[in-house]
Amino acid sequence: MKMRKQLYSGFALLMLGLNSAQAAYTLNMTKGVTEISRDVYDLHMLILWICVFIGIAVFGTMFYSIFHHRKSKGHKAAQFHENTTVEIVWTIIPSLILIGMAIPATKALVELDDVQEAEMSIKVTGWQWKWEYEYLDNGIRFFSTLDAASNAARQVGSGIDPNSVPNYLLNVDHPLVVPINTKIRFLFTAADVIHSWWVPALGWKKDTNPGFINESWTYVERPGVYRGQCAELCGKDHGFMPIVVIAMEKEEYAQWVAEKQADIAAEAGAAEKEWTAEELMAEGKAVYDSNCSSCHMPDGSGMPGTFPAITDSSVVTGEMDAQIDLMMKGKGMMPAFGSMLGAVDFAAVATYIRNDLGNSVGDSIQPKVIQSLQAEVASDEEDEE
Amino acid sequence: MSSVVAEHDDHHDHGPEKGILRWIFTTNHKDIGTLYLFFALAMFFVGGTMALIIRSELFEPGMQFVEPQFFNSMTTMHALVMVFGAVMPAFVGLANWMIPLMIGAPDMALPRMNNMSFWMLVAGVLLLASTLFMEGGAPASGWTLYPPLVLQTGDALPFAIFSVHMLGISSIMGAINVIVTVFNMRAPGMTLMKMPLFVWTWLITAFLLIAIMPVFAGAVTMLLTDRFFETSFFDAAGGGDPVLYQHIFWFFGHPEVYVMILPTFGVASTIIPVFARKPLFGYTSMVYATSAIAFLSFIVWAHHMFTVGMPIAGELYFMYATMLIAVPTGVKVFNWTATMWKGAMTFETPMLFSIAFVVLFTMGGFTGLMMSVAPSDFQYHDTYFIVAHFHYTLVPASVFILMAAGYFWLPKWTGNMYNERIGRLHFWLSAISVNILFFPQHFLGLAGMPRRIPDYAVQFADWNMISSIGAFIYGFSQLIFVWIVFDTIKGGSGKATDEVWEDARKHSLEWTLPSPTPYHTFEKPPEKIPTEHF
Repeated sequence: MKMRKQLYSGFALLMLGLNSAQAAYTLNMTKGVTEISRDVYDLHMLILWICVFIGIAVFGTMFYSIFHHRKSKGHKAAQFHENTTVEIVWTIIPSLILIGMAIPATKALVELDDVQEAEMSIKVTGWQWKWEYEYLDNGIRFFSTLDAASNAARQVGSGIDPNSVPNYLLNVDHPLVVPINTKIRFLFTAADVIHSWWVPALGWKKDTNPGFINESWTYVERPGVYRGQCAELCGKDHGFMPIVVIAMEKEEYAQWVAEKQADIAAEAGAAEKEWTAEELMAEGKAVYDSNCSSCHMPDGSGMPGTFPAITDSSVVTGEMDAQIDLMMKGKGMMPAFGSMLGAVDFAAVATYIRNDLGNSVGDSIQPKVIQSLQAEVASDEEDEE
Repeated sequence: MSSVVAEHDDHHDHGPEKGILRWIFTTNHKDIGTLYLFFALAMFFVGGTMALIIRSELFEPGMQFVEPQFFNSMTTMHALVMVFGAVMPAFVGLANWMIPLMIGAPDMALPRMNNMSFWMLVAGVLLLASTLFMEGGAPASGWTLYPPLVLQTGDALPFAIFSVHMLGISSIMGAINVIVTVFNMRAPGMTLMKMPLFVWTWLITAFLLIAIMPVFAGAVTMLLTDRFFETSFFDAAGGGDPVLYQHIFWFFGHPEVYVMILPTFGVASTIIPVFARKPLFGYTSMVYATSAIAFLSFIVWAHHMFTVGMPIAGELYFMYATMLIAVPTGVKVFNWTATMWKGAMTFETPMLFSIAFVVLFTMGGFTGLMMSVAPSDFQYHDTYFIVAHFHYTLVPASVFILMAAGYFWLPKWTGNMYNERIGRLHFWLSAISVNILFFPQHFLGLAGMPRRIPDYAVQFADWNMISSIGAFIYGFSQLIFVWIVFDTIKGGSGKATDEVWEDARKHSLEWTLPSPTPYHTFEKPPEKIPTEHF
C-alpha cells in the first residue's frame, strides 16, 4: 500500500514536470540553417522512421505472442525451433534496408567533405576554456569566452537564478560574426587539449586537435544568432565554453569588419598612452574575471594541487619581472598569455593581481613596456623556429 | 590409479572450510562465483551512488552541490566502476558458477588462478577508488582517458593506470580459465554445438578479452611514459598524435562493450526458452550471429571517432562496417521473438526482466543504427543522445539480465525460492523508472545538450529534472534486490525443488542437480546431455 502511494506521488511529480515543460523544450534535432543541416535532419528522420516501423513490427509480434501464447490461457507450446526460409528472409531484408540507408548517407558525407571553392576562411582554436577566432582573409583575431552574467551565475552556490540570465551558458563576450550566402571554410586546431566545435544549426561538429588541423565548411542561408557549445570533454570548465555565431547580410558584415579593424587600431593607440594605476586596476578586474578566474578562482584562492593561488603567491608578491615573464610564456597548464592578451589588458591584469585578491604590493606596469616585451618574445620565437 | 581415486573419494563429502579463510583461499568455483557476484553487487551501488551525485547536480540548472572538476571525476569514476567493477565481474561470477554446472564439469580448469584473478580485481578496484582521495582528485577525463586531457590528472594518474593494468590481468586470467575449461572439461557427449548458449557466448567473450585487454594496457602504458618518461606518443610537439590514442583505445573499447553484451545475450537465450516452454529458436544461427558480432566488433572502432577528422574513405568504411552489425543483432532479436512465438509462456521475475531486456535492448540497437550513419552522427556525437543509447544497451540490457540471472539461479544456488511478489515489484519499479531515467535523454541530446557537462542552458531543464527523478526511483528500487538476495539465502518463500522451473531439466544440466547445489558437483560426469535444441 505504501509502495503504491509512493508510485502515485512519483507519477504526479512527473505530470507536473511535463506541464511546466510545454513552453521551452524541444524533442527533436534542429533543421538548422544550411543545406547540410537539412540533409542531416532528413537522414535522421528517415532512419528514425525506419526504426519506428521495424520496432512496431517486432514489438507488435512479441506482444501479440505475450498476450496470446501464455500458459494461463491454456496455450500449448509448439516445439518448432528452426525455419531456414524465415531465417534467410530476416537476414536479407535488413541488409536491403541498410543499403537503402547507405546511399543518402554517402551522398551527404561526400558533400560535407568538399571544402573546395570557399570564399573565406576562419581558423578556430580551442583553448581551455575559450575559443579563438582568426579571420585569415582580413587579420581580425579575438577570443570568445562565456559572458560575465552566466559566469557569475554558474559558480557553485552563487545564489543567482539561471532563469534570470538571458541565454544562460549559451552567451559569449565576443561572438563569431559571419556573412550569409558565403561558403566559409573553417580550420580547426587546439592549443592545449582536444575540444569540439559544435553549432547544431550548422549541422555538424568537428574536433579541434592540438598540433593538427581539421577542416569543415558552412554556407549559412538566414541571418540570425546560432548558439552551440564545446562537445568534447576538455577539463574542468568544458561546460562553460559556448559558441555564438551571428550570421548577417554581407553589407552589414563588411561594416562589422571595418569597425573591428578600427577597434584594433584604437587598442594599439591606447597602449602608447600613459595609464594611471586606478585605470589599470579597473580594467584589470574584467580581464581577470574572463581569463584567469576559471583556474585561479574568482577570489584568487586557486585549487590546491592543480591551480596555484594568486593570493599571497610568492611569484605575484615578488619581483614583477618574474611574474610578467611567467604570464608572458606560460607554464604547465597555464597558457602563454603574451600572445593571447593585448598590451593594455596584459598590463592591467598584471597590475590588478598584485594589488587586489588579498595582495597589496603597490606597484604597476605600463602597457607600453608590455608591448615591447611582447615584440621581444615574438622575435625570440621566430629565431627558435 | 584406481586406489588413488578411491582415496580421493573419502574426502568428497566434506563441505567448505569455516570462517573467513574459506573465502580468502577458496579455489571452489561456486565460492569464487559468489565472491564475484557479491563484489559486483557492492560496486553496482558504489557506481550507482556516483550516478546519483551526477543526477543530483543535473536536477536543476545552476551549480548546486559539486565543483565542475569533481563532477568530471564522478562521470569518469562512475563509468570505470560500473564497467570494470560491476558489470564485467558480475558476468565472470556467473561464468564461474554456471559454466562448470552447464557443461558437467567438477570445477573450473584452473582453480588457483581463479582465486588470484578475483583478488587481483579487488585490489585493482580499491586502488582505483583510492584515487578519489589523492591530491588533484580522481581522473576526470572521462573513462576513455583521452590525452592530452588525461595527462593533466594530478597524483592519481599513475595509480589509475596501474589499476587498469591489474584489472586487465584479472580479466585475462578469468578469460583463460573460461577457454581452458570449455575446451577441456566438457562432459562426454557435450559437443560444442550442444553447449548452452550462455557457455558459447562466454567462450567468445573470453577470446575478445584476451585480444583486447593487452591493447588497453599498452595504450595506458604509453600515457604513463608520455607523462613521466619524456616520450611523445600522443604529443604532436614530439611527433606524436593524440588521435592515435583514440584509435588504440577504441580498438579495445568497441569489443569491450561487446564483452558486456555477449554474455547478456547468452543468459537471455537461456532464460526465455525455459519460460516459453519451447526450445530456443535458431540455436545454430545464434552461435553464428554471436561469432559474427564478435568479429565485426574488431573492425568498426572508429565509429566512435566520426568527428575526429578522418579521411572520407575512412569515414565511409567505418560507416558501412558499423551498419553491418545490425544484421546479426537483428537475427538475435528475431530469434528471441520466435522463441516466444506459440510458446506456453509464464511470467516469473526472470522472464519479465528478460522480455524487458529484449524490448529495451532493441531500442538501444535502433539508436545505435541511427548513429552508425556518419553524417547524422556529426549531430549525435558527444551529446545526451549517445548517453541514452549506451545506457539503454547497458542498464535495461546487461543489468536487467544480471538481475534476471539472479532470480533465475538463486533458487538453485540457495535451495530456496525468492519472494515472487517482491521480485515482480522490483521488476516493475525498475522497468518503469529506467525509462523515465533514460528516455528523456534522447530528447536532450537531439535538442543540443552535450554530454559530460555539470550545468546546462535552461531549455534543457525539464527533461533533466524528469531524468533525475527516474534515476532516484531506479537507484533506490535496486535495494529491493539486495533484500531479495538476503531473504532468499535465509529461506525466502520456501524450499525450491531440484528442477526449480517446470521442465528446466530439458534445457540445461544444472537443473539435474539437487537444490541447493552441493559444494562439489559432477565429480562423475552426467550420463545424459539435454538435447532440447535438437
